[in-house]
Amino acid sequence: MARNISFTIRYWKQNGPKDKGHFDTHEMKNIPDDTSFLEMLDILNEELIEEGKEPFVFDHDCREGICGMCSLYINGTPHGKTATGATTCQLYMRRFNDGDIITVEPWRSAAFPVIKDCMVDRSAFDKIIQAGGYTSVRTGQPQDANAILIPKQDADEAMDCATCIGCGACVAACKNGSAMLFISSKVSQLALLPQGKPEAARRVKAMVARMDELGFGNCTNTRACEAVCPKNETIANIARMNREFLKAKAKD
Amino acid sequence: MWLTNSSIGRKVVMSVTGLALILFLTFHACMNVVALFSAEAYNAICAFLGANWYAVVATAALAALVALHFIFAIILTLQNRKARGGSNYAVSTKVVAGKVEWASKNMFVLGIIVCLGLLLHLYNFWYNMMFAELAGVEGPLSPTDGYAFIVQTFSCPVYAGLYIVWLVALWFHLSHGMWSAFQTLGASGKTWLPRVKAISIVWSTVVILMFIVVVVYFALGFGCECSAACGDGCAQAAACGSAC
Repeated sequence: MARNISFTIRYWKQNGPKDKGHFDTHEMKNIPDDTSFLEMLDILNEELIEEGKEPFVFDHDCREGICGMCSLYINGTPHGKTATGATTCQLYMRRFNDGDIITVEPWRSAAFPVIKDCMVDRSAFDKIIQAGGYTSVRTGQPQDANAILIPKQDADEAMDCATCIGCGACVAACKNGSAMLFISSKVSQLALLPQGKPEAARRVKAMVARMDELGFGNCTNTRACEAVCPKNETIANIARMNREFLKAKAKD
Repeated sequence: MWLTNSSIGRKVVMSVTGLALILFLTFHACMNVVALFSAEAYNAICAFLGANWYAVVATAALAALVALHFIFAIILTLQNRKARGGSNYAVSTKVVAGKVEWASKNMFVLGIIVCLGLLLHLYNFWYNMMFAELAGVEGPLSPTDGYAFIVQTFSCPVYAGLYIVWLVALWFHLSHGMWSAFQTLGASGKTWLPRVKAISIVWSTVVILMFIVVVVYFALGFGCECSAACGDGCAQAAACGSAC
């Protein structure tokens, strides 16, 4: 049964990385519970514009849970509370109740400075990928598809790691602002496959070094990251990356 | 040096020193339990680990392990606070609450409690035993009569209480620290994480229980009833008990 709910939204306003920031509130009336969270924010912005106020800035793009752009900290949880893990764009108003106060905050981490309101600069993740999160490929004729045999188990495991969309929820939830879950997923997706093996040692060293440079924290295995990951990445990836890193350092 | 200037390297130092200290605690607990059965046997261990060169070297190595573990903990904690940035969330995480162990978020505070307990412990035992023997300090009790020191210390309810608080804090520290060390060293994975976790929790629980049993046994005064083996220790304990 579709129902309409009315609630109060507290949203974070901040003019830039140096600004102190504050919460603004707005009363939302009769929102159908089939509305997605981002559609609800679109309605909020239309109402704000009509009232002559500045609209609320937030990140979004594909709105189907695969791009990793949406990034809101909703009622104390990155991407809001869902049953099995989903991004903010896949969160629906049916998860909320009439009369709720919904608090929306940006990712808070030194490595993710606020650009405006709830839009944060996550280019640090791109820099980590640039440091080694790829395979160098020789151009020319494509190889025969079955030339490299990969066990099904490895292929599945690599695929699970590759589903990480780099949204940054792990960093946002971590009390240490550590990016280990993200980087370990990216290291794992390549380390598990034969195509990624030749560069595995160089890759893990370069990516970890870049992570340290960019000011991410150290992992203390609190597992907050895996509890909030919309793609259900596990800290088994972190163990694998540690193993890869120690192997690479032992070879030096 | 990657052990100091990379994030994973610093964590490896924490893991290796932590695991070495857990190994030490395990030996220590086994030795303590001997005191439940025989005062003579316990004092034989105390004499063996007294002011002998190998025991002194081992003590210095242990002190170095504790110092490394402590220094790296401070460095890591400061870096983590900086990485977290100045601003805190207005609403704290709800999903996380059930899935994140309390100990894992409070390792530094627990570590400080463990260190304070360690200082008290060194004052109660090491200062009166190995140090007294090395420095030639004359006390009321012989520095190799470890059994008498146990009786004396734990007959005082304040000390017994403090030791139990200390050991409980240590249990919380180990309940996260031990499996976390294996995870950092990469000895974990989808299949092995639950196993490593179970082994770690059972291991640390058994070790801490061995310590606590000894404290409780002597706090309740069972140690004094075996008067034949106890000898001088009991007179001292009685004296301490009344003073306390």
